[in-house]
Amino acid sequence: MNVIAGPIETPLRGFIREFTQDRVAVVAFVVLTLIVLLALLAPWITPQDPYDLSNLVLMDARRPPGHVGSKGFTHWLGTDSQGRDLYSGILYGLRISLQVGLMAGAIAFALGASLGTLAGFAGGRTETLIMRIIDLQLSFPAILLALVLAALLGQGKWPLIAALVTAQYAYFARTAHGAASSERSKDYVEAALSTPLSSARVAFRHVLPNCMPPLIVVATVQVANSIALEATLSFLGLGMPVSEPSLGMLIANGFQYMLSGRYWISIYPGIALIVLIVAINLVGDQIRDQLNPRLKR
Amino acid sequence: MLAFIIQRLMQAAVVMLVISALVFVGVYAVGNPIDVMIAPDVTQEIREQTIRAYGFDLPLWQQYGIFLQRLATGDFGRSFVYNMPVLDLILSRLPATLEITLSAVFGATLIGVPLGMFAGYAPHSAAAKTIMGVSVLGFSVPSFWIGLILIFVFAVNLGLLPAGGRGETVTLFGVQWSFLTANGLTHMLLPSINLALFKLALMIRLARAGTREVMLTDTVRFARAAGESEWTILRHHVLRLIAIPLVTVFGLELGSTLAFAVVTETIFSWPGVGKLIIDSISTLDRPVMVAYLMLVSLLFITINLTVDIAYAALDPRLRARKTT
Amino acid sequence: MSADSNMPGRAERQFPAGPPQGKLAPPGGSAVHAVTSVGATLLLQVRHLATEFATRSGPARAVDGVSFDVHAGEIIGLVGESGSGKSVTGYSILGLIDPPGRVAAGSVKLDGQELVGMPRSRLRALRGRRIAMVFQDPMSTLNAVLKVSTQMELAMRAHGKPSKQEMRQRSLQALAKVGIPDPERRLDAYPHELSGGMRQRVAIAIAFLNNPGLVICDEPTTALDVSIQAQILVEMRTLVREAGVSLVWISHDLATVSVLASRLLVMYAGRLIEEGPTGEVLRRPHHPYTQGLIDSLPSRAAPGKDLLQIPGSTPSLTALPSGCAFKDRCAHATAVCDTAPQQTIALPRTWRCHHPLNMGAVTTAQGTR
Repeated sequence: MNVIAGPIETPLRGFIREFTQDRVAVVAFVVLTLIVLLALLAPWITPQDPYDLSNLVLMDARRPPGHVGSKGFTHWLGTDSQGRDLYSGILYGLRISLQVGLMAGAIAFALGASLGTLAGFAGGRTETLIMRIIDLQLSFPAILLALVLAALLGQGKWPLIAALVTAQYAYFARTAHGAASSERSKDYVEAALSTPLSSARVAFRHVLPNCMPPLIVVATVQVANSIALEATLSFLGLGMPVSEPSLGMLIANGFQYMLSGRYWISIYPGIALIVLIVAINLVGDQIRDQLNPRLKR
Repeated sequence: MLAFIIQRLMQAAVVMLVISALVFVGVYAVGNPIDVMIAPDVTQEIREQTIRAYGFDLPLWQQYGIFLQRLATGDFGRSFVYNMPVLDLILSRLPATLEITLSAVFGATLIGVPLGMFAGYAPHSAAAKTIMGVSVLGFSVPSFWIGLILIFVFAVNLGLLPAGGRGETVTLFGVQWSFLTANGLTHMLLPSINLALFKLALMIRLARAGTREVMLTDTVRFARAAGESEWTILRHHVLRLIAIPLVTVFGLELGSTLAFAVVTETIFSWPGVGKLIIDSISTLDRPVMVAYLMLVSLLFITINLTVDIAYAALDPRLRARKTT
Repeated sequence: MSADSNMPGRAERQFPAGPPQGKLAPPGGSAVHAVTSVGATLLLQVRHLATEFATRSGPARAVDGVSFDVHAGEIIGLVGESGSGKSVTGYSILGLIDPPGRVAAGSVKLDGQELVGMPRSRLRALRGRRIAMVFQDPMSTLNAVLKVSTQMELAMRAHGKPSKQEMRQRSLQALAKVGIPDPERRLDAYPHELSGGMRQRVAIAIAFLNNPGLVICDEPTTALDVSIQAQILVEMRTLVREAGVSLVWISHDLATVSVLASRLLVMYAGRLIEEGPTGEVLRRPHHPYTQGLIDSLPSRAAPGKDLLQIPGSTPSLTALPSGCAFKDRCAHATAVCDTAPQQTIALPRTWRCHHPLNMGAVTTAQGTR
């Protein structure tokens, strides 16, 4: 007789177990958690609030790493062109990158997934209308869209998030639409619709959860994209204002000094940004591989 | 097939119209167009004169109508800043952008696909893991950062390549091209590489994923059972099977690369269309913004259509089905 | 077509020292017996083949110590349910096992040449040329984006440098031989433009293109309509007779296989548990599992009565019961079945059971179909 030994493994536990078997992914995940922690604790572990302009002493500008500033503490990573301690600037910049990236990603996810599921589920005119708009938007490069919107809406966190969401929700919508359309024709949906449940409830409580795997795949890509896009916009001068520099702006500010050897102003924020994005991508890669049915033996 | 193409062309025309309306309204509705063109201390009279001369006093939809009318004759208006016809302005800057974009795209594909196929064929080899590791960087790192590093390493430290600007040009068919001169090529190299890296990483990853999937299918097993060599399998079976998704992405990324040229041209001070749009945005040169956005949309739509046709040509299963 | 191996004129079967020999029957008989087809050349010799797959719960032996012979012109049927290891046996013979699987032990000799451990380039020269394989689902076997003609050309170019005209000629001939009407048109078609039966015929044609001596067919008719199945069975039989090719027909469908095969091999949980001439095995099966398979055939059921089933289900390869793998489902199991039964050899029959059935008077070998 076959006896099932031990506790039954839930899909989530199995997922986590498989995840922990890939060393690279685990390292990336740990790094990511570390970054998030640093960003969250930034106000307490940095010697300076880089957004408070009264803190900045111009005499301390462009100092190399290790220099002891006029306020008495060491600038471990040097200072930028305005006298800002880079270490503080980077940690606060990471805060912004994470905040903006995750918020924009989450809103784009919610918006796009809802629209796409609605379109795929409802069919008919609703579907055609929504998908035409989505296709229209997708036939336009995201970065240009974000660029123009950011320019028109001005600087600041929320205009930035709005621009990013507008640039990205379409990917979620298209994926959700594809998944919802194919779920729509399955038997369990027919069964659910024949009960007194409303169509909306069936769509969101029954169909949407089954569309999650491809959506999660898109999400892992888009979060990293959000952060990179935000950095690019800030680099170009759109996005966050000069007084609240994000990593992109720190890098932009330091660009002109690279040619004269003061590399740290651009390089260190750059490294921080890359580590963040690479970590997200590695974790995302592993999640994607595990969710891909065609790679299973 | 013809019916398919015609249908898509008509759809494209409608889409262009909608985009033109959206872009026009978006650009002209926000802010005050006149502020860019006249000094702030000008008298009220001259101000109103200028407004009337440019038609800014008309309601927005009327302005749009005039815009469309002029469009029919190929007149995109005049740049506020450069005071020359927008179309001429854009066309004069286009070759520069094309140079780096096309070289980046083709370079990335011709190098990326074989590398990716190799990585997918022998996924556990050290070489494959290295390729994938490096590709993660190319994929994740924002291109502006790579541009900075490229300048830092090659121009500042090694002094091998110029840090920016376009090189010497040669006139061919009435257009200035720089890839035909040695000096021009050295100037082209870094911006091209910068643009290419993201796409290279993408192609590598896609080719690898596709190859890995195909190598596990019965088709490859059957080919092996028939005694076909691994090279034959890769060249005839795998390549043909992964060509379809690859072509799709190639097309979509072509447009994306053109858009990303904006960043690269800024960093390398490359006088192309991308730099033009950035400058136009910061100076709020509206006619240029509108024209650029519309032309880019047109380009994207054309590319999408071409990709769809290529898709149908490559996958015989689609030819049998009815359109859409 | 197949070179004579260095064997004495009267083909003899010998199972060399490996796992200890089981009981021999009848008493007084020697260990070496004449084989069914007298004078037939030995084409394929499989000895103690073992293939295992690395799984999270340890290595799983999909094929565990399987031995059998195939002679020129024979059709043998390899029968078993899903998970019995029959398909893996076929793949192992051709060396088509990919990691995480590997051929762990044993030998496979084709025309006397050892295939296990053979360098890949030599193995490739043999595949398609001396030994070929047909798979179950022609839609996934054939490349969907290549024309039939292209796929046939690739198979031909793998073993020579024929000219374009020659290839076209041979392709048309091959298609006609497998019973495809209007071969000219079909040659330039894509797989999805053909019906399921047509596609499988194309796959069979490709397998026969380079005149192999042995073709392994892995459930080739399972994915097809019943009426097409019957057609293809008949065509295969004619094809085999005309070309003098040997077939190893792998299937879970006892009824289909018995129509075609002159000898039956039954596998269960990776082990070869019964073997013999088809008629003999069907009339007097020795292993309870074989008896169960025969009894569960719909044609065996009395009208109006329930269909018979073997109780229980196939054990998972990573959780095999100790001793006889069938003991938990067997009505005749006793304590002695906790030790693995060895293979009893009484040619032309072999079986692996402590309590074999139908052991009455052992008749001398009669090679018939």
